[in-house]
Amino acid sequence: MEDYSVIGKRIPRIDGRAKVTGEAKYAADYEMPGMLWCKIVRSPHAHARILNIDTTRAERVVGVKGVLTGKDFGGWKWGWMPKTRDEEPLATRRVRYLGEAVAAVAAVDEDTAEEAAQLIRVEYEELPGVFDPEEAMKEGAPRLYDHVENNISWDFHMDFGDVEKGFREADLVSEERFETGRVITGYLEPPAAVALYTSSGITLWAAKQSPYFVYRHMADCFKLPLNRIRIIQPFIGGGFGGTKNDSLAGDFCAVLFSKMTGKPVKFAYTMEEVLMTCRRRHNMVVTNKMGMKKDGTLTAMQSKVIADGGAHTAIGPLTMYLTGCMSTLPYKLPNFKHDAYRIFTNNPIGAAMRGHGVTHTRFAAELQMEMMAEELGLDPVGVRLKNAVTAPHETINQVTVKSCGLVEGIHTIAEDPKWKDRDKNRETGGPVVHGVGMSATSYLGGARQRGHQSCAAVVRLCEDGTVNYLTGATDCGQGSDTVLVQIIAEELGLRVEDVDIKRVDTAMTPCDAGSYGSRVTVLAGKAAQNAAREVRDQLAAFAAEKWEVRPEDILFRDNVVSVKGSSDLAMPFDKLAKIACYSGSGAVIIGKGYSDYGIEILDFDKGIGNAGTSYSFTSQLTGVDVDLETGFIRCTDMVIAHDCGRPLNPINVEAQNQGAAVQGLGQALYEEFKMADGRTLNPTLVDYKMPLAPDAPDITVIDILTDDPDGPFGAKEASEGAIVSVPPSVFTAVHHATGIWFKEQPLTPEKVVMALRKRKKA
Amino acid sequence: MELKHIRFVINGEPCELRVPPWRTLLEMIREDLKLTGAKEACGQGECGACTVIMGGKSVNSCLVPAVEADGQEILTIEGLARGDELHPLQEAFVEHAGMQCGFCTPGMIMSAKFLLDTNGRPDTAQIKDGIAGNFCRCTGYTKIVESISAAAEALKGGR
Repeated sequence: MEDYSVIGKRIPRIDGRAKVTGEAKYAADYEMPGMLWCKIVRSPHAHARILNIDTTRAERVVGVKGVLTGKDFGGWKWGWMPKTRDEEPLATRRVRYLGEAVAAVAAVDEDTAEEAAQLIRVEYEELPGVFDPEEAMKEGAPRLYDHVENNISWDFHMDFGDVEKGFREADLVSEERFETGRVITGYLEPPAAVALYTSSGITLWAAKQSPYFVYRHMADCFKLPLNRIRIIQPFIGGGFGGTKNDSLAGDFCAVLFSKMTGKPVKFAYTMEEVLMTCRRRHNMVVTNKMGMKKDGTLTAMQSKVIADGGAHTAIGPLTMYLTGCMSTLPYKLPNFKHDAYRIFTNNPIGAAMRGHGVTHTRFAAELQMEMMAEELGLDPVGVRLKNAVTAPHETINQVTVKSCGLVEGIHTIAEDPKWKDRDKNRETGGPVVHGVGMSATSYLGGARQRGHQSCAAVVRLCEDGTVNYLTGATDCGQGSDTVLVQIIAEELGLRVEDVDIKRVDTAMTPCDAGSYGSRVTVLAGKAAQNAAREVRDQLAAFAAEKWEVRPEDILFRDNVVSVKGSSDLAMPFDKLAKIACYSGSGAVIIGKGYSDYGIEILDFDKGIGNAGTSYSFTSQLTGVDVDLETGFIRCTDMVIAHDCGRPLNPINVEAQNQGAAVQGLGQALYEEFKMADGRTLNPTLVDYKMPLAPDAPDITVIDILTDDPDGPFGAKEASEGAIVSVPPSVFTAVHHATGIWFKEQPLTPEKVVMALRKRKKA
Repeated sequence: MELKHIRFVINGEPCELRVPPWRTLLEMIREDLKLTGAKEACGQGECGACTVIMGGKSVNSCLVPAVEADGQEILTIEGLARGDELHPLQEAFVEHAGMQCGFCTPGMIMSAKFLLDTNGRPDTAQIKDGIAGNFCRCTGYTKIVESISAAAEALKGGR
């Protein structure tokens, strides 16, 4: 490995100071003179026809400046693909989930807007609803969209090799049903924005992790060219996929109100609106059939996935794609068949969330593999090593792995004393039993989507030797701004503090798809590297000419420019910058770069090809204490051996893994929306149980170094792998403690007690 | 509507305001005083994002009526640093990656401040209990606990 001066160092976040002093401004912290407040009116029914909306009483309230209903948007709809545009800013004729937006009010202050919103009278004709995706698929079930048969929002069918042949070759074939829960991203910052519509177009200060999606939506909705759309990113209070990747009713209404009134308009959702109406993770039923030989070799896997898509399509097709295309990692699988169905129901909308799509099917396959290994008398480590992929590897659906730390990761876990002594430490002498489980999983980084996915960087040299760096990639909390600045600094031989990065502004920064699919470090990192190199090459050419040496011999390090092999040809970086910028009539030194990863064709219909640029591998150990009397499970420790290629900022990589792990723990043990006929019964942080500090286990993160050939400085993803590895490792740990295989998330005390009781009776 | 005249000290500065009885301390701090460090997330006293210190105790400012600030001394995240010099807690959160998105951070640091004010040498379990009223979705709490522990160590030097 090269000796880097900035890369690979535990450098504190560049936004740290702003965030610990209260200086960092989030969308809801913005206000402007004359600003109006926007409030949304939402449907109390899960499925109903809108017969009439009477806004007259609201309009008469003193201080109300405008009222909107769906027809004000002229029938405009949006969606992820042209043929899935099924969502309106405000529903016009029909509501399909409880809490769908139907009207909006703008007023001089928040209280007045709230009061007026309550005076809007909407007349509904209730329609029969359908809330269970398996019911919704049946003939005769109520339809959400008249033209959509069996409520099938999207389906994917992948078929590789010959699964029937694979099952015939197996010594054991098993079929099991698994279920993942109804959970939400859980960012603490409710969506908010301030909109301003002027003669120069739209400016929106909005909490988004993919601001350029919103940029296109606004241009299309308001019939403006893209150069008149300015989405400015405040600091973002967490994203995790879904809602903040997309536009919201509040965004469209605030912009239209601003257009109508000429005033800035703000909205901020309440946490209840977030938990009742914002996008969630799809909950899925995975019916999995797996074939295994006596020695543990996997021969075939066939999965049927049924996902609750809720009322609209959103990004759901990609979710379903990811449930299948990634099933061929991290284990060698010669035969694979996948049938995935996303089903419309009258529930809130299912969309992306950290670990997107992959977490569901990997949970099922990982547990099933270990269940079968147990039946065949094989140990959990051995069965994983038997099937683990090694680099280079091409899966049967042509996913190509160029670097892979899976085997090393599994060995790391297996050699941990917590694993070795797991049987010895099982009994604690009381009702509490200690279990230790493991998992080994993979996740993609540098995600690709259909359509425009550019990722670019501009680096501008200032005459004093400092640098401005522009990227369209959004740091929504993960720390990407710091890592990207490190990359620029490393390439130019500067310090982190010599490089400035501003928040994304679609009028200034290059177009970018945003933060999702662990794409920023991999793709924006490569773009940053290329842009910095362009600046370096210009400076090197200038210095080479001056010193009469070859440009490739010019070195940039520790704020000094020097010549390889020469001890006297050197000058401070800032001096060279000044000379270069002042040369001739004044030079402008700008570098641009883009990432050209992943531009080969991906067969989205058949599930063939790379959905990512590279693949991380996570091997995990989890320890749990299970109280056999109360069923209560306490997670005690986790060891995460994660292959992110090379950690560009190790403290940030640890932090990302730890955060993902505890979010995954919530999904495995605590979090679940309780639903009744489309109504969310627990839309508060009191009743929707996210982990708190006392719930967090001790987490050790071990970096497995593999130096991916395509990653900037060898890096791969480091933010989503651990949310995929947690649920199966928790469930295998609980099995170790109790001897019971649980297959449904979340694993609540009630389920443990009921299962123990059932076993006692039998 | 009767406005109540209140006087208090916030971040060391005396302040007088007339507030309606239903206004919360958080609304007063954010909207009247334009100190937007304290955040509103749940609005129900569950998430801790609005935590400030009043009368020497940490409070969920979204649940406290503004009128209760009368005669009190209030400290928000904006009042923690001395000029350019960060408080040891702030320094530790920066150094030990105690924050990611930063939205919970002002409340988290104020809860930690109250903890260290009352217990200068907390162990890990006591730190976790001390911030048990503050959600963080980004960090998994590990680095927050490490940050608070490091700050406790630094504060032993008498800062």
